[in-house]
Amino acid sequence: MSGEDPTAAFRIEAAELLEQIEQGLLDLGHRLDDMGLVNAVFRGLHTLKGSGSMFGFDALAAFTHHCESAFDKVRKGDVPATPELVSVILSAGDHMRALVEGEAPAAVGDAILARLAAAVEAAAGGVPVPHAPAAKQGWRVAFRLPADAMANGTSPLALLDELRALGEAEIVAQLDAVPALDELRPSDCLIGWDCTLTGDIAREAIEDVFIFVMDDMTLTIEPLAVEADSGDAAAPAARGEPDAPVRAAGAPAVVAARSQGEHVRVPAERLDELMDRVGELVIAQSRLSQLTGDGQDLALRSVSEEIERLAGEMRDTMMVLRMVPVSTLFGRFRRLIHDLAIETGKAIELATDGETTEVDKTVIERLFDPLVHIIRNSCDHGLESAEDRIAAGKPAAGLVRLSAHQAGGEVLITISDDGRGIDGDRVRAKAEANGLIQPGQAMADEDLLNLIFHPGFSTAVQVTNLSGRGVGMDVVKRTIESLRGSIDVRSIPGQGSTITLRIPLTLAIIEGLLVRVGQGSYVIPLSAVEECLELSLEEDLRSRGRSVITLRDRLVPFLRLREMFATGTRPDPYQKIVVVATGRERVGLVVDQIVGNHQTVIKSLSAFHRGVASFSGATILGDGSVALILDVGQLVALAQPQEETLRAAG
Amino acid sequence: MPQDDVLAASAAAADDRIAWSPHGELEVLIFELGGETFALEAIMVQEILDLLPETFIPGAPELVAHVVNFRGKIVPVADLRLAFGMERAEATKDSRIVVIELPLDGETMLIGLRTDRVHEVATFQQARADEVPAVGIRWKRQHVRSLIRWHEDLVVLPDLGAIFLSAMRGHPSAPVH
Repeated sequence: MSGEDPTAAFRIEAAELLEQIEQGLLDLGHRLDDMGLVNAVFRGLHTLKGSGSMFGFDALAAFTHHCESAFDKVRKGDVPATPELVSVILSAGDHMRALVEGEAPAAVGDAILARLAAAVEAAAGGVPVPHAPAAKQGWRVAFRLPADAMANGTSPLALLDELRALGEAEIVAQLDAVPALDELRPSDCLIGWDCTLTGDIAREAIEDVFIFVMDDMTLTIEPLAVEADSGDAAAPAARGEPDAPVRAAGAPAVVAARSQGEHVRVPAERLDELMDRVGELVIAQSRLSQLTGDGQDLALRSVSEEIERLAGEMRDTMMVLRMVPVSTLFGRFRRLIHDLAIETGKAIELATDGETTEVDKTVIERLFDPLVHIIRNSCDHGLESAEDRIAAGKPAAGLVRLSAHQAGGEVLITISDDGRGIDGDRVRAKAEANGLIQPGQAMADEDLLNLIFHPGFSTAVQVTNLSGRGVGMDVVKRTIESLRGSIDVRSIPGQGSTITLRIPLTLAIIEGLLVRVGQGSYVIPLSAVEECLELSLEEDLRSRGRSVITLRDRLVPFLRLREMFATGTRPDPYQKIVVVATGRERVGLVVDQIVGNHQTVIKSLSAFHRGVASFSGATILGDGSVALILDVGQLVALAQPQEETLRAAG
Repeated sequence: MPQDDVLAASAAAADDRIAWSPHGELEVLIFELGGETFALEAIMVQEILDLLPETFIPGAPELVAHVVNFRGKIVPVADLRLAFGMERAEATKDSRIVVIELPLDGETMLIGLRTDRVHEVATFQQARADEVPAVGIRWKRQHVRSLIRWHEDLVVLPDLGAIFLSAMRGHPSAPVH
């Protein structure tokens, strides 16, 4: 905890807690009588309040306290959970987020609390909930602070003063825990207090006195006349666990949260650093095994092999460290759907699958905005109103489905809806109006639909709050492409549309095909590779003038990398062609040798080499040398004029 | 060329950019390249390496056409011979790569410098530093910050910032072919 801003740690914790609370609430919205969920939400709120007050977020703690109290009533069965209550607490969650960030207008909070009170009242069947009865005679309050309370800045005297302010108080100190003088540490708070408060005092008022210390202390609040009406009056005394005083309810909640999975927060750059170190280790190890491979020392060789295995395992573990399940991404859209349903007035269901699919954290973060945009489009333009849906023989509630699954080095994320689908005619009309295509230009349906990714395209006739604010699908497409991914749209009129994103699992690692050109090693991203074939001698000679081969009745141009890179070496007798695809273009790359598959960590090139368009980065091979990663798209673009010159000449 | 003017102007101000200590001293690493003796501020030096396998980058600026793997980072290796109009030469058993940290264009870059031989770390006296004469040297004047008399030798204090900036600027995005 050295030097770091502790409130930053709290902000992260709070964000997670709020996320958990939100997920719990959204689940609860579907299963209103699930007490497990009610308890989970209550624990989340309680922990948030406790940590908040600990880190000095007093406004947050006070605000959260009210929500917690409301949920406490649900938890104890005083009021049932209602959709309205869930909705209010959801917006309360937003307000808490704002409070954590320190930019929340108090008026918003008050409005939410008013709605909350109304919701609780409504849930109780219009009858005001019997707020904990204000016992006429008063209360017996016994409390004991933790020993380190004073060291933590709690002033028992101030608490006693606050109690006195509530009404006539008779305070007796309990000294039984105070040891003999020579064992006493003066900074410890060992005194307990019994306080008899008389007067018409609400139980909440007493609890509010202890709001910021409640988590760590022992507190019992009993009505003075316990014997008089034992049944009902004893109930509020049993706040918290049935027979126990309100004791550090925060602690079990923390334990519960931890048991879901131990987590350590590590800045990403430290992981990168570790990754570099492991890379070096692997390289040093391969040098070691080369040295020991020739020798006769069996013991040395066995140690070397052991290290080789360990280094390999470490590298694999490192690769996985940055991966997080897609559920962290999908989970955030449940709230979006909830809000969109309210805003559009449509009933919308969200279905997800494949949430355990793991993707690099950086990729997940950068996918969020594009997905928000796509989902908004689906809900706003895709899904019909309930009446239209019923008229079309569909269920009233529209369905948006998010799914993810891994395919090789890529993850496929599909967003589909069962709405009206994309109107091809309208896309065409719009594209013609914008001059994207010629009027009447013949086009395959899928090509036509993919025009929606063209800059400035928007089919919405009416610009709504949700979509069509000038940020078009072209931005989505650009973001996906910056992740080295691709996007595709399909649509069946009347049945809905599906958008598929293909994203590499990670930005840090690339699955590549290692090839040799002249004396240099190069990596071609495997996701771009379609096939490999041999360039026969005759074909090589025959193709001198045109650099085109026939591949299954299609002409595929090819590039001789040896010439492009001016290696100055003689070609290998049996050169290979690696056919790569970039979008619609297929191009063959002629290499000297195909070495094999290679999973590599992508390293960026220095500023001197960023201008060299043929390479997207570099990677370090097993022997410690550097191989360049080909930027297939750029190579093809560079080759295009070359092709044209050749064609013109030929 | 206007760019050359800029570089010449920066060379004129170069003497200010030598960080002499209050006592007029400068700690440097002395090395040999193409028969000349060079020096650079010892504080820039990260590490002195034996030769590593180098990878050629087709289409890269000539000065920095190769890269090496330095502790998991891809670091350009520069042949300063090119900046001083010297003949290319084969590496010898004394050849070393001096890895330096150079602030350039707002970022701090790691660069490896090929040297024929690394001599020693020494302390230069400001009193023995000379202006670069306008005539009589065969190098680009803006590539030299100062000439310093040291023992019997005249040591070149190159302007690495100017040299590498021109390599970076002179190569916006040249196509490979």
